[in-house]
Amino acid sequence: MPLASLRVPELSLILLVGTTGSGKSTFARRLFKPTEIVSSDHCRALVADDENDQSATPDAFELLHYLVGKRLKRGLLTVVDATNVQPEARKSLAELARQYHCLPVAVVLDVPEAVAAERNRQRPDRQQMGAHVLPMQRQQLRKGLKRLREEGFRQIYHLNGVEEIDAVENIRRDPLYSNRRDDRGPFDIIGDVHGCYLELVELLAELGYAVEEEPRLDERDLGVRVTPPAGRRALFLGDLVDRGTASPQVLRLVMSMVQSGAALCVPGNHDIKLLRYLGGKNVSAKHGFAETLEQLAAESDTFKNQVRQFIDGLVSHYVLDDGRLVVAHAGMREEMQGRGSGAVRAFALFGETTGEIDEFGLPVRYNWAAEYRGRAMVVYGHTPVPQPEWLNGTIDIDTGCVFGGRLTALRYPERELVSVAAHQVYSEPVRPLHHAQIAAETQLTAQQRHDEVLDIRDVTGKQQISTRLAHSVTIREENAIAALEVMSRFALSPKWLLYLPPTMSPSETSALPGLLEHPAEAFEYYKRQGVERVVCEEKHMGSRAVVVLARDEEAVRRHFGIVGEGFGKCYTRTGRNFFTDANLEQAFLARLRGAFTAAGFWEQFGTEWVCLDAELLPWSAKAQELIKNQYAAVAAAANGALPQVQHVLEQATTRGLDGSEALLSHYTARRTAAEQYTEAYRRYSWPVHSIDDLRLAPFHLLATAGRTYFDKDHQWHMETLRTICAADPSLLLATNYRVVSLQDPAAVESAIAWWNNLTEQGGEGMVVKPFDYIARTRRGVVQPALKCRGREYLRIIYGPDYLLPHNLERLRERGIKSKRSLALREFALGVEGLERFVAGAPLREVHQCVFGVLALESEAVDPRL
Amino acid sequence: MLLTITTTRQPATDLGYLLHKNPARMQAVELAYGRAHIFYPEATAERCTVALLLDIDPVSLVRNRRGPAGEGFALEQYVNDRPYVASSFLSVAIAKAFNTALNGTCKDRPELPEQQWPFEATVAVVPAPSAELLRRMFEPLGYSVQLQDYPLEPNLPEWGPSRYYTLQLRHPAVCLRDLLSHLYVLIPVLDNDKHYWVGEHEVEKLLSKGGDWLPRHPEREFITRRYLLNLAAYTRPALERLLDGDTSTNVELDAAGVELRSSGDGATLALGALASSPEQPTTEKRNLHDMRLEHVAAEIGRLGAKRVLDLGCGEGKLLRLLLQNRTIEYVLGMDVSYQALTRAQQRLGLPDMAPRQRQRLDLIQGSLLYHDPRLSGFDAAAVVEVIEHLDEGRLNSFEQVVFGKAKPGVVFVTTPNVSYNQKFEKLHAGEFRHADHRFEWTRAEFEAWAAGVAERNGYSVQIGPLGPEDPEVGAPSQLATFHRADQQP
Repeated sequence: MPLASLRVPELSLILLVGTTGSGKSTFARRLFKPTEIVSSDHCRALVADDENDQSATPDAFELLHYLVGKRLKRGLLTVVDATNVQPEARKSLAELARQYHCLPVAVVLDVPEAVAAERNRQRPDRQQMGAHVLPMQRQQLRKGLKRLREEGFRQIYHLNGVEEIDAVENIRRDPLYSNRRDDRGPFDIIGDVHGCYLELVELLAELGYAVEEEPRLDERDLGVRVTPPAGRRALFLGDLVDRGTASPQVLRLVMSMVQSGAALCVPGNHDIKLLRYLGGKNVSAKHGFAETLEQLAAESDTFKNQVRQFIDGLVSHYVLDDGRLVVAHAGMREEMQGRGSGAVRAFALFGETTGEIDEFGLPVRYNWAAEYRGRAMVVYGHTPVPQPEWLNGTIDIDTGCVFGGRLTALRYPERELVSVAAHQVYSEPVRPLHHAQIAAETQLTAQQRHDEVLDIRDVTGKQQISTRLAHSVTIREENAIAALEVMSRFALSPKWLLYLPPTMSPSETSALPGLLEHPAEAFEYYKRQGVERVVCEEKHMGSRAVVVLARDEEAVRRHFGIVGEGFGKCYTRTGRNFFTDANLEQAFLARLRGAFTAAGFWEQFGTEWVCLDAELLPWSAKAQELIKNQYAAVAAAANGALPQVQHVLEQATTRGLDGSEALLSHYTARRTAAEQYTEAYRRYSWPVHSIDDLRLAPFHLLATAGRTYFDKDHQWHMETLRTICAADPSLLLATNYRVVSLQDPAAVESAIAWWNNLTEQGGEGMVVKPFDYIARTRRGVVQPALKCRGREYLRIIYGPDYLLPHNLERLRERGIKSKRSLALREFALGVEGLERFVAGAPLREVHQCVFGVLALESEAVDPRL
Repeated sequence: MLLTITTTRQPATDLGYLLHKNPARMQAVELAYGRAHIFYPEATAERCTVALLLDIDPVSLVRNRRGPAGEGFALEQYVNDRPYVASSFLSVAIAKAFNTALNGTCKDRPELPEQQWPFEATVAVVPAPSAELLRRMFEPLGYSVQLQDYPLEPNLPEWGPSRYYTLQLRHPAVCLRDLLSHLYVLIPVLDNDKHYWVGEHEVEKLLSKGGDWLPRHPEREFITRRYLLNLAAYTRPALERLLDGDTSTNVELDAAGVELRSSGDGATLALGALASSPEQPTTEKRNLHDMRLEHVAAEIGRLGAKRVLDLGCGEGKLLRLLLQNRTIEYVLGMDVSYQALTRAQQRLGLPDMAPRQRQRLDLIQGSLLYHDPRLSGFDAAAVVEVIEHLDEGRLNSFEQVVFGKAKPGVVFVTTPNVSYNQKFEKLHAGEFRHADHRFEWTRAEFEAWAAGVAERNGYSVQIGPLGPEDPEVGAPSQLATFHRADQQP
């Protein structure tokens, strides 16, 4: 009976097996997408311009393997259109399938030699083919047919004759059993039970499950019924049996729950061992199996049969909730998730070992979780640990109940741990349960210990960083190169670097006489974006500083995993420590902490740490070398040379030289400009001898334990920080600001007057921000801030002569588009990094964002903007 | 920005013939970066002064990428002293405005160029590393030199003097041609900045202006070298943007004297020569660093190592030594500075290496603070004068990356011995040898660190002196040799 439909696993490598002229290409084209077919003829053509050039065969097959490998790696079904009649050819492809944990399928197209020969005769390109080729291939094919199964092909379709081949109408792609992406939970994931029935029932009660005994009307009745809390289900991580005192009861309970849909279950290595025993295999009674054997002796054959069927039906692992959750007894590497192969099953049951044996005679487990980079949370058990600890989004929740530890459940998606203590030590572990704690001398969490060293592959090369504000931000390789050097040579430990501030764009260029920037353009921008209210904040012309501050060193250890580096840091926009003088740093941080404590901040916000965005004054505190080498030097040169120029020009005018008057007035103007420039830079520079010369003006309260404050408006930030500033007004500077409704012309006018007043006195200017921290329009996020800098201040930026008419005219041609795009990308990365940090993400995920901001800062954008 | 030349040789107004510029008119020549005005503030028979006044256009300087860091976007590019100082721009203006005088020709009065007149030249203002250097440049040429200096910031006297001077030269009898060529050549030499505008052929042109006076000048070597070196104007725009202009000039003092090193660019030698006397070149000190490298290379050779890592390879000096050893099959050089790697690539002739040689060497950018699987599987690693460039707090990461993860069979770590610093006369107490050094250790400190590293990571360690030993303070550097537990020391 010819098959109309061939069933294959959705992720499989399908080998078409057939002689030349058997119709493989036609078959493939008829039933698969063109991109799913990798053909040896096509590969030959690609490397030799001739699909019949047999000398190109080795290169063509190398290419074919490469293409197949890439597709399988990416999880795509692939069809190999080649004769595949030789066992070597099939073997290497089957190996490739195994390497990527896909199932190999063989579809044999078996047509009579006469048919194949006739087809070849009709193809002009096959006239050169030797007469011996087809009979030889026929012979190889027939020989190979019997060996396919032992070569590892899980499914084999032998289509005998043209009729059977033509009868196939479609290919049915079966989802893998492990694929439960549509199942979104919520779940209560329960670790290794090992026959601890009492504790299991207590844990279920704790989780809100009602467990009731049921009368057993039939031999097949399990005698227990569990009702889960509304909408929830349990998810057992396997190793239900062995070592404990009540393995059959545990099985009965779990089987009943799985049967009624109240639970899912994946198998553990102990369960599989039991299955082997029940299937009649010889199994050793070690590792707690003797107890199970004894307990099972009293059970009926019907029950044992039920157990056998139950375990046999378990799927090695599950991919759940749209790929966000993976459960398996011993964990699952990213590249194996949702795939099917012997190796995947073995990994799910046993995990990975290094091949070494430890001092207790047990195999040393390879810590695959340390390398885990996957998007999915992986919850697993198998290895008893004293405390479940998150590592790279994975967690082992086997807390060794049977060894006298606890039975633990993880509530998903809440990420809450619930556990009950063991009633007794049912079994003595070979390796002491608290062995792992010896390594934890430093008292850091597993994640913190792991994060001591980050991997270079996470930051170098071209990077794409997904952010919640801007989809994906691309970091170009050349920018990563610059950032790697700066990060390595100058930055603080990445553990301190939660955040680097984004760059800020100026307002559009003003057309008003004698001005390059004016608030009108900033207001206009936000109005155009549909923003109704803005906040104007005075700019202090300090240096941008990020402060990470904790109550004490203990809190730094707990939250940042840093030991022996103090209770806080203040760093620059490139992640460099603000202070080179340790005493000054200490004095500064102590004063700052004092202010937060005095303001009752820690209690009010329920936190032990805080991250602030601020300006540190004076500018010269950090930039003294820059000021000396550049700003003061320019002033010294100008003020030295220009009076002499003026003098000789005055002499020339005395001589009445034609044109000397104009030149004299030009240079006199430049002399005045140089003097004004000197005044401008001086205003922001004063020597720092002690803490008394420093001021900190915080303007964003970025984050505290477990949360960020991007959901709060800028008025909230300003007011919250004002109360803290009040606690130490000689160090902390509360920033003046005003809220402006853009629909109210009077308010806008008055804000402009305020700016005029600030800048006429030489002030740097102000920053205009949308009232909300994150303001969106239909087109996306709007600029988080625009700066409007004063006329005097800009002398420092654009040079002494920038206001001379001919110069200003040309400077107005500046373009701000790339600066704005950069500001938005950096803003998105900054928010993302902090959100990741407060959500407890591994450091590399936070560091990627921080590194990204630094890399973007090396992009070629006019630094005067 | 201003050059005036005065003569009192009578009739003084003959200066106008000599310069081919009419004293009665304001004149100007256009330059690529602005213009130069030529006029006479005084023109009498007794005394005649010509002024060459530069009007450098800062905006076009930026737009045409002729300013400092020509291709960069560092803020320095926009606010700089170029419009106010005498720099290579002045030399260009001299060549353009006084072309005939510089060449010693005078159509109308052919006898004048050969005459030696009393001249007084004033340049406002000249950037120079020191007043002493200005004198050393001009006094051997017969000038009496008068200088006016300027404070860096009059309001903050503690900041000291600026590097700008008004330079006044007086000569009783000199040909104008020679006076102009002296200024033409020496002004750019004095200026610390690179000549972004010079091409190689222009250097030759410049040196030819030296005519026959340069070979006799006692500072000829310095003058020549300064030109050639300043040519190598490597820019690293991306990095400079990040450093906030904080590319502090790094100073390393070595052995008995001085080796000034401007953070890894070509200015090294020039500054070195400047600081020491020119008769006694810096070879002795440079040898110490070479010796350090040769010692480590020899040790690696002695091991018979086949795969070798050079961590912090810089410009590839050690790599070159390692490649000379035929036993070594493969060398991987790593540095965090992409710029250094680019230069290493050039110096080692990587692009043109024969295929077999090429296969023996790879250069990668990497960091000693990030785990890097490319560093695994090596027999030996050299970490020469590198750790002191890391913040002490980050040595833990360094340790894990090198000893915990990469785990080479043998690791050579060298670092300065701080006790030896007292032998450096130019070094103040408490000052490090190099501005980028984060720490310098005593022998005891280095030993304690090395012992801890060895113990924590399954290595054994021996420590020894590196360089000629002083009975009291030891050798200038120290070397720790770590052997992995499975390696025979």
